[in-house]
Amino acid sequence: MAIALVLLFLVLGTVAFHFISPWNLTPLASNWGDIDTTIHITLLVTGVVFVLVNLFMIYTIVRFRYDKNRRSRYDPENKKLEIWLTGITSLGIAALLAPGLVVWGAFVSPPDDAHEMEVVGQQWHWSYRFPGDDGQFGAVHARFITDDNPFGLNPDDPRGQDDVLIDSPVVVLPVDKPVRLVLRSKDVLHNFKVANFRAKMDLVPGQTSYMWLTPTVVGEYDMICAQLCGIGHFAMRGKVRVVAQEEFEEWLAGRPTFAEQRSRPAADPQAGEQQYAVCTACHGADGLGNQDLNAPKLAGMSAWYVERQLNNFRSGARGTHEDDLHGQQMRPFATMLQDETAIRNISAYVESLPHRHVATTVSGNVERGQRLYRTCANCHGAEGEGNRYVNGPQLAGIQDWYQMTQLANFRQGIRGRHAADLYGNQMVDMAQMLVNETAKRDVVAYINTLSPAVGADPKISQLQRDD
Amino acid sequence: MASPSLGHDATSYAPPAELGEMELPHAHSFITRYIFCQDAKVIAIQYVITATAIGLVALALSILIRLQLGFPGTFSFLDPSNYLQYVTMHGMIMVVYLLTALFLGGFGNYLIPLMCGTRDMVFPWLNMLSFWTYLLAVLVLVASFFVPGGPTGAGWTLYPPQSISPGTPGVGGGIILMLVSLAIFIIGFTMGGLNYIVTVLQARARGMTLMRLPLTIWGIFLATVLAMLAFPALLVAALMMLFDLLLGTSFFMPAMIALGEQRGYDGGSPLLFQHLFWFFGHPEVYIVALPAFGIVSDVLATHARRNIFGYRMMVWALVAIAGLSFVVWAHHMYVSGMNPYFGFLFATTTLIIAVPTAIKVYNWVLTLWQGNIKLTVPMLFCIGFMFTFLNGGLSGLFLGNVTVDVPLADTYFVVGHFHMVMAVAPIMVIFAAIYHWYPKVTGRMLNNTMGKIHFWVTLLGTYAVYYPMHYMGFAGVPRRYYAYGETAFIPDSVVTLNSFISIAAIIVALAQFMFIYNMVVSYFRGEEAGPNPWDATTLEWQTEHTPPRHGNFGPELPVVYRWAYDYGVPGAKHDFIPQNVPPEKVERAGPGDPQAR
Repeated sequence: MAIALVLLFLVLGTVAFHFISPWNLTPLASNWGDIDTTIHITLLVTGVVFVLVNLFMIYTIVRFRYDKNRRSRYDPENKKLEIWLTGITSLGIAALLAPGLVVWGAFVSPPDDAHEMEVVGQQWHWSYRFPGDDGQFGAVHARFITDDNPFGLNPDDPRGQDDVLIDSPVVVLPVDKPVRLVLRSKDVLHNFKVANFRAKMDLVPGQTSYMWLTPTVVGEYDMICAQLCGIGHFAMRGKVRVVAQEEFEEWLAGRPTFAEQRSRPAADPQAGEQQYAVCTACHGADGLGNQDLNAPKLAGMSAWYVERQLNNFRSGARGTHEDDLHGQQMRPFATMLQDETAIRNISAYVESLPHRHVATTVSGNVERGQRLYRTCANCHGAEGEGNRYVNGPQLAGIQDWYQMTQLANFRQGIRGRHAADLYGNQMVDMAQMLVNETAKRDVVAYINTLSPAVGADPKISQLQRDD
Repeated sequence: MASPSLGHDATSYAPPAELGEMELPHAHSFITRYIFCQDAKVIAIQYVITATAIGLVALALSILIRLQLGFPGTFSFLDPSNYLQYVTMHGMIMVVYLLTALFLGGFGNYLIPLMCGTRDMVFPWLNMLSFWTYLLAVLVLVASFFVPGGPTGAGWTLYPPQSISPGTPGVGGGIILMLVSLAIFIIGFTMGGLNYIVTVLQARARGMTLMRLPLTIWGIFLATVLAMLAFPALLVAALMMLFDLLLGTSFFMPAMIALGEQRGYDGGSPLLFQHLFWFFGHPEVYIVALPAFGIVSDVLATHARRNIFGYRMMVWALVAIAGLSFVVWAHHMYVSGMNPYFGFLFATTTLIIAVPTAIKVYNWVLTLWQGNIKLTVPMLFCIGFMFTFLNGGLSGLFLGNVTVDVPLADTYFVVGHFHMVMAVAPIMVIFAAIYHWYPKVTGRMLNNTMGKIHFWVTLLGTYAVYYPMHYMGFAGVPRRYYAYGETAFIPDSVVTLNSFISIAAIIVALAQFMFIYNMVVSYFRGEEAGPNPWDATTLEWQTEHTPPRHGNFGPELPVVYRWAYDYGVPGAKHDFIPQNVPPEKVERAGPGDPQAR
C-alpha cells in the first residue's frame, strides 16, 4: 500500500507547494491582467481535476487491492458512464477555451490610438525606432546596414528622415498609453520579453511581427530575449523605463533622428591630438601605456570603443565602483573632456596611433585557452580583431596584464554592472565561463598569440566597398 | 441446451487464413543469427540496445546541463557554446533516436508479429535493412561530436536562420551531420514503418479482427501511420536547409546581416521551416505517446486482472488523437510571429484533443476500479505513468490555450510540461513494458527488489525535478539560458532551486544504472519465468517456447476466438482466458472457485 500513501503525499505536496511557492507571476505592469485571469482559471480547473482524479485512483488502489479469493468486475462496455464523462470533459474544456479566445481577440487587435515603436533585434542586443513627426516608419532593408546606418534605413526614403533612432538597449515608454510594437530582426529569431508586461512575441528576420500593450506602472523593467539566438542569447538584455508622458516626450526629443545622425560631421583626429596631451602622462605620447601606472596601451584601439569608454568614464558608468581603483583614477581625466565632439576627436586620434608590439607577461595553457576562446570569438573575432557590429572590442595586441585585470573586474561585476554601462553587462555574463584564475590565464595566453591587424572591422569595410 | 460462451466477443468461428505460411529466412550462422538477422525479435533487441546506448549519451548530456544550471560558474568545461550543444543533442537524441526508435523499432518489432499471431514481419529483409540504416543515422549523429566546432547548438528545433548562421555552435560540420543523420533516420524508419503497417493490416492470425487487437498494437500501428505522414515534412525541411547552407538557396533564409556580415540570402521564410518542423514535431509527440498509451492499457489490464474499460472507446480515442494531431501543430508557434489570427483556430483544435486524451485517462483509472490489483513492478510503473501523465496533460491545457501560453512560452513551464508528458510519462511506460515483457524475451524474471527501488527513485526523483520547474516558469525564468546573470525578476532562490533540481536529477540518473545492472544480471541469474508468468491473455504469452524461437509459434499458427481482455470472466475457472482458447474449451468454475463480481 506504499504506493497509495506516496501518491497521497505527492498530491498533497503538489497542492501545498502551490501555496508556499515563492516563485510566482511577476508584479503586473501592463494592461494584460486578463492574461493573468486566464492563468488563474486554468490553475483552478486543472488543480481540481488533478486532485480529484488522483484521490479516486488512490482510493481505488486501496479498495481493490489483490485478494486471491476475489474476482474483478467484468463489464466490457459501459456506454452510459462514458458518454457522461465525455460530456462533462467537453464542457470543462469549452469553459477553459472560451475566456482564452476572448482575451486573444483583444491581444490581436491594437487600439486605433496606439502610438508605435519598432523593436530591432540582432545578435545580441536591442535597439529601437520611433516613427518621428510624420508618424510613419521609413523603409528598411538588410542591404543598407552599415556601421553608420545600423538600422538599415533606406537613405532615399523621405518617411525615414525624421525617424528617431535609439541605438541603445534601454528604451523609454509613456505610462498609460497603448503602444503597438513593430518587431524586426536583422539576423536570427529573437523574442521581446518583459515578464511584467506578460505579452511577448518573436522578432523574425525578413518580415515584421507585432504586439501591443499599455504600460500601467511607472518603473524600470528588465527585458530579455526569449527565443534562442545563439551563444550570447542569455546575455541579450535590455531595459524598458516607463515614465510620465511629459518625461517621455522630453526624452524622445533629445534622441537623434536619422537625418541628424547622418549629417553629423566626421571626427577630427588633429583636434584630438591637442587634447591627447593630458593623456600622455600615463598612457605615453605614443599611446603604448605604462604598467607601473596601470595605464593600458591605447594605440590601435578602435575609435568607437575608445569613445564609448570615455563616455562611460565621464557618466560614471565606469570607474565609480568602489573596488575599481584604477578606473577611479581615469574618471577625473575623462570628465575634463568638455563635450561629445571632443570625445570623438580624441578617440579618432587614438585610433590613428600606430600599433606596436608589446611584451607579454602572462603565460598559460594556450591549447586550453584556444578552446575557451571559441566562445569569445563570436564577438571579438576569430583573430581577436574586434567587431563593432556586435560591440566586441579588439583584443589582439591589448596588453595581457590589462586583460587579466579587466576579466577579473567583469567576472566580479566591478566593471560592467553599472546600469548606464549599456554593453558591459554582457561581458559580465560571458566572463562567468572563466571559472578560475587558470582559465583566465589560459585564454589570455591564447589571445597573446593572435596578431593584431591594422584597421579594425575588415568585415564591415569590405561590405561598404561592395556597396 | 448448450450454455452461452464465456467472455466478450467470443465465437467458435475463425475465418480461413488469408495468407499461406511464409518462408522464413532461417539463420545458419552466428552472423545471420545475431548480426544481419531477419528475425523481428532479434532486430527489436538490436534496436533496444542501440537506442539505449545513444540514450545513455543523452542522459549524460542532461547531467552536464544540470551541472551548469545547478552550479553555475563552477565547471571550466562548461561554456556557453557547449552548453547549447548539450541542450540540443540531449533533446534531439531523446525525442527521435531514443523514444521513437525504442517504441516503434524496439517494441513494435518484438510485439507486432507476436501479438498479431504471425511468424514475422511481412518483409523481413527490409526490416533488417531498417535497423542498419538506423544504426548508420546514429553513427553519423555521434560523428558530429568529433568534427571541428562540435555538434550543432541550435536547439533541437534547429530553427533557421540561427541554425546555419554564425554565432551558433556547430555551424560548420555539426549542423550538416545532424541534418544528414535525420534524413538517414527517416529513410530507415520508412522501411520499418511500412513493414509494421502491412504486417498489422495483412498478416494477423485467423480470427484476429481489428476490434480484437490488443491496444498495444493499435497504439504502435497508429503511431507508425502518423510517422509515415509526419516524417516526410521533416525530411524535406532538412534537405531544404542543407540546400540553403551548401548550395546557397534561400528557402528559409531572408536577407540578413549576421555578426556584421551580409549573408547573400534573400526572400526566404524562417516561419516556413517552423511550420514544416512542427507539422512533423507535433505528431511526433503522439508517435511517442500512442504506443505508450497502448502498452500501458495492456499492462494495466493484465496486472489489475480486469478487462480494459471501454475498449472500443479506447480505440476510437486513439484514432481521434492521431487524426487531430495533424491539425494542432501551430500551437508551438503562438508567439512565433506568424499571423496571430491562427491562434484562434489552433487553440480550438488543441483543446479539442484534450477530450479523447481525458477519456483515455478516465478509462485507465476505471480499469483499476473494481479490479483485483496486483502491485507488481509493471503495475507500479503504470500508476507512475498515470500520475505523471495526468500532471503533464493538465499543464498542456495552459500552453495549448493561446492566451495562457503567451507569458509561459519559452520559460521553464514549457520545460517542465514537456518533460513530464513526453519524457517521464512515456519512459514510465517503457519501464513498465520492460518489466512486463522481459520474462518473455529472456525467459527470466527481473529482480523485484531492485525493480521497486528503481521505481521509487524514478517517480519521486523526476517529480522533484520537473514539478518545481512549472513555478520557475510562472516567475518568467527563460529556458535555454546558460546563466541568469542579474535579472530583476529572477530571485536568488531560483539558483537554490536549480541546485536542488540538479541533485535530484543526478540521483534519478544513477538509479537508471541500477536498472541496467538488473537487466544484465537477471539475464544470467534471474528466476525462471515460465511461458506466462503474469497469467496474461494475449498471444505472445501462448507461444510454444519461451523465449519464442524464429517463427514465434509452433507448427500451427494460433487461431483467435475472443478479444484480448478476458480477465475475471464470470463463470470461468481461471481469472483469465487467453485469446486463442475456443469457447468450448474454457474451463468452467466449480463451487469452490472464487466468484466474479
